[in-house]
Amino acid sequence: MDIWSTLKDTFLDWESMRAVLPEMLKVGLVNTLILAAASVVLGTVLGMIVAVMGLSRKRLLRWPAKIYTDIFRGLPAILTILLIGQGLSPITRHWWGPNPYPLGILALSLIAAAYIGEIFRSGIQSVEKGQLEAARALGFGYSAGMWLVVIPQGVRRVLPALVNQFIALVKESSLVYFLGLLASQRELFRIGQDAAATNGNLSPLLLAGIFYLVITVPLTHLVNWFDRRLREGRPEEHEIEELAHADHR
Amino acid sequence: MPTTAEDQTRPDRGGGVGVQSFEAASLEVSGIELAFGKNKVLRGVDLAVPAGQTACVIGPSGSGKSTLLRAVNRLLEPDAGDIRMGGESVLTSNPDQLRRRIGMVFQHFNLFPHKTVLDNITLPLRKIKKLTKEEAADAALAQLDLVELREKASARPGNLSGGQQQRVAIARALAMRPEVMLFDEATSALDPELVKGVLALMADLASAGMTMVVVTHEMGFARQVADQVAFMDHGVVVESGVPEKLFTAAESPRLQQFLSQVL
Repeated sequence: MDIWSTLKDTFLDWESMRAVLPEMLKVGLVNTLILAAASVVLGTVLGMIVAVMGLSRKRLLRWPAKIYTDIFRGLPAILTILLIGQGLSPITRHWWGPNPYPLGILALSLIAAAYIGEIFRSGIQSVEKGQLEAARALGFGYSAGMWLVVIPQGVRRVLPALVNQFIALVKESSLVYFLGLLASQRELFRIGQDAAATNGNLSPLLLAGIFYLVITVPLTHLVNWFDRRLREGRPEEHEIEELAHADHR
Repeated sequence: MPTTAEDQTRPDRGGGVGVQSFEAASLEVSGIELAFGKNKVLRGVDLAVPAGQTACVIGPSGSGKSTLLRAVNRLLEPDAGDIRMGGESVLTSNPDQLRRRIGMVFQHFNLFPHKTVLDNITLPLRKIKKLTKEEAADAALAQLDLVELREKASARPGNLSGGQQQRVAIARALAMRPEVMLFDEATSALDPELVKGVLALMADLASAGMTMVVVTHEMGFARQVADQVAFMDHGVVVESGVPEKLFTAAESPRLQQFLSQVL
């Protein structure tokens, strides 16, 4: 058997790739980005709430955050997506019909929030206690000190971990496929899989993989950009420097 | 009643801060007690600092010096006793409001590393004093002029030397126009060659008439700059008085022992 020929037929069937490319661009990529972006935003907001609750001195806030994190981190993502996506569908059907996207986004966000909450919490806890003390000594209240001084530092420290979580979310967005999607709702994986089944080879799935990499690889480089910006300072700092020298002249 | 520093008769030691005037207030601490659980850290501390004067607090580690400072601005709430500024008790007022009247400088500077030097100073001016961006920047640059660090306005604290960071921390505290300044071992974390500049700045502040409570291990500074020195041990002021008397004719055996170890 000609191994190279078999591999080529399986993974590099240009014709089936070319045929599925327009749909992957117009439908799959758009839907994947919508799913991922919506889940990132909602998951980040929920994650910050979970983190702040988890750091609270009040047990009434701390314990629910801990239980939430344990549950959503401990369950397989596909199980959560099916339980929420299919389990709540009869209730939410009255609001937005059989569209699985809102519940899919909710499930992805709830899963992400458990991880993002822990990332935020570890970052915030890593900030030296003296920072809050200094803020309070200047006259800031506890909340203002946390939001203006401690949390921004904590978040910056965990940006790489946060972006890794976003990358995981982009990949996990493919799991909404299990909720059953209309043709126009299919994301990258589903389109690739359908085309693979039709053509009898995996080339469309390989193309879907390339699209995922197009999204995720720049995100990893975004982390490096953040790091560089934090080290070298923001552009407006040069303006401040000019102002300082101008006043001197 | 607050007194204007320009009324003070203390000789100006030179340096930029000498030209600044303060609405300095007197500070009286009486019978302050504070415990962490069962561990009594302050056991009835008394200290009175007239407006525009400097009190240095010395003593061994664990004697309660830093805790005393944090009790004064209520970063730690005292369990008993009273604190009066300008003759008025401050324990019933809002602690956030109180801290806006008391500047504090920490051993490890505690500048905000994610902000530039300028932003470190403008942040409380904008958010607490509600100054506009331009007003806050003007006030901050003026303070940086006084500590001779204007050219570092756009730098991040991490790019400054320890001495420069501490001077920025002092500028940040002064920008809030405090009536009392607290220094918690402000030079302990500095390399020896950087200590002098910070001490000179603190001496200038004292000359300019700021009411100051300085926790320090710098006996030379206490001797030269302080109007009074208080020696603390085991949570109480064991002995206090003018520096000359305290350093040359200590009465308590514990202070004599302490001085024999540090001088």
